[in-house]
This record gives sequence, structure tokens and C-alpha cells, in this order.
Amino acid sequence: MEERMALMRDDPAVDLTVDGNAIGGLLAAVFGADVTSSHGQCASCHTVSIVGTMRAYTRGPGIILRCPACAEVVLRIVETPGGTLVDLRGAAYLRLPGPVAPIGG
Amino acid sequence: MPIDWQLATVTAVRDETPEVRSFTLGLPAWATHRPGQHVDLRLTAKDGYSVERSYSIASEPERVGEIDITVERIEGGEVSPFLHEVVVPGDRLEVRGPIGGYFVWEADLGGPLLLVAGGSGVVPLMAMVRHRARAGTGVAARLLLSSRGPDEIIYADELERLAGANDGFDVVHALTRRQPPGWTGYARRIDEQMLAEVLQPLGAGTRAYACGPTALVETVANGLVRLGLPPDRIRTERFGPTGT
Repeated sequence: MEERMALMRDDPAVDLTVDGNAIGGLLAAVFGADVTSSHGQCASCHTVSIVGTMRAYTRGPGIILRCPACAEVVLRIVETPGGTLVDLRGAAYLRLPGPVAPIGG
Repeated sequence: MPIDWQLATVTAVRDETPEVRSFTLGLPAWATHRPGQHVDLRLTAKDGYSVERSYSIASEPERVGEIDITVERIEGGEVSPFLHEVVVPGDRLEVRGPIGGYFVWEADLGGPLLLVAGGSGVVPLMAMVRHRARAGTGVAARLLLSSRGPDEIIYADELERLAGANDGFDVVHALTRRQPPGWTGYARRIDEQMLAEVLQPLGAGTRAYACGPTALVETVANGLVRLGLPPDRIRTERFGPTGT
């Protein structure tokens, strides 16, 4: 147990992870709503999980959300001079809360 | 509903510990938050460079028009040293929120409630504790709080006062590095044995919330599952590397 905890602490990948919950503000800016309690399905292992429980990696250039079950990338958001790239190829779906607001509505 | 940035006014600043300070923010577009939610704070330099950080809301939603955030000074950080050394009442800060629908507890959800925190991980849990007290619910609740030493316990006086009200809330401290003379409480990091002892009076139907450095939250979440709590009753908020 002690040894496992020490290993965990020494693994920067684990140590630098936060919950998807922590990037709720950025996700709301991208999707137009707070999606931290929304469900998403991992395209790799098909596990459905709450966005707030996915693993967020925020220290790189851009942010990455990984599936809490298989650790595959579900979502990438990278801000570039040419715009914000949203890569959702790792998500089978993301269920946004409520109906989509009409443009200008 | 998009979440817009707004200009909050700092109305009060107070020290919680030598390295931790609370800021009261008056919000022109205040909206009721749910205990456990956070706000994003954005600082923008004159050259346009900007940096954002998330800070948990420490205050209860019953307080109208303003929120408290509690910030630990991170050496070498871009935001927390600025907040600690530069910001005074009257300053204005860009904030966005409240944010987060997952790591929340409201009185209607009931209990019993086990709250586990390391260091400034106590901040979102404090919003729950304060809300619980204001809501007047008798839900049994325990806070297990790990701090490095007695002088680093955030909200120490208020927690003692709330526990002294004898309304079903109590606090268990773990002091990992320095203990006062005669200390009879826990003097080690949170482990599974400690979790078992703290959980025991609350029983199997407990809802658990754990917040702190990622390694601590992993220990707590894994430990509670092994102790028999269903994973869907354990909510976690990891805030990254430890300061150790």
C-alpha cells in the first residue's frame, strides 16, 4: 500500500491529473452550457461516464479529457492563432443538457 | 446558458493561515451556486497575456450577492502570489461561474455525509458544511481534514465552533508533519485504516466527497470502495500535484 502510494506520487501523469469538473468553465465556453454533469461515451471502450469524472490534463498546450475507465483520449481542445480546435474523435457521443438554443435565441 | 465573465469587486481579504487567504467577491451578476462548485478567475496583463485558474467557492449559497474564495499561495505560481501580495479590497477581478454540476452537495441530497480533504481541498467542502449549518438540516456529517501542522488548519476556529453546536457535525483532524504537545489525534497521512475508523459511525449509506491533491484523492476513493461504499456515492475533486 505504502509502496503503491509512493509510486502513484512519483507518476507525474497521475499527479498532474485533475477532474473534468475543473475545466467546466472552458467546456461551457466551447459547448454553450455547463456539461460537467453530462454523460459522454468513450469511443474506444464504450464506457459511459460523467464529464466531471473524466481525467483532465491541463498542463500541455491545450487540454485533454481522458476516459476514466480506459484512459483513452475522449476530447482535445487546443487554442491556436487560427482558432480553437475541438477534437471529439475519441467520443462516441456527448449528451448536452437541454435543447440546443436557436441561433440568436 | 453560456457562462459569461463578469467583473467582481474584492470587498474583504482575510488570512486563514500563513499561506492561505480568503477573498470576498461582490458579483454584479450573482447567481445562486451549489455547494462544491467553483469559479474561474482570469488575470490579464497589459500586453494581453492572460491566465485562468479555478477556485472553489467557500461560502454557502444562502449568502446573496457575494462569494468567498480561499486561495493557497503556490510558490512560483502565476495567479496565487498575485492574489496574496497585490490584491486589496476595492480591486476588481474577472470571474466566470458558478461552474460544475458533479462535485456538489445540497441539503436535499441528505446523508450521512463523509467529507475528506487534504489542505486547501477543504474549501469546497466548507461550502457544504456552511450550507448544512444554514439549512438547519440534522444530516450527520463528519469532516476528516489532513493538514501539515496545527497552524495550517484552514478555517480551524469556525470548524471548532460548528462542531461545538452538537447538531450532528464533527471534525477529525490528521496532522501529518507537526503536532502540538499532547496531541492524541491522528499524526499521519490519511490511509484506509483511518478512513475505516472515521466512516464507521456513519454507516454504509454514506455519501462521500473527497477533495485535495490527486494522490490523496486516489487513496481516499480507492479506500472507500474497498470499505464497501458504492462508487457512485463517492465524488472526487482532484486539484493536481501536492505542495510537498
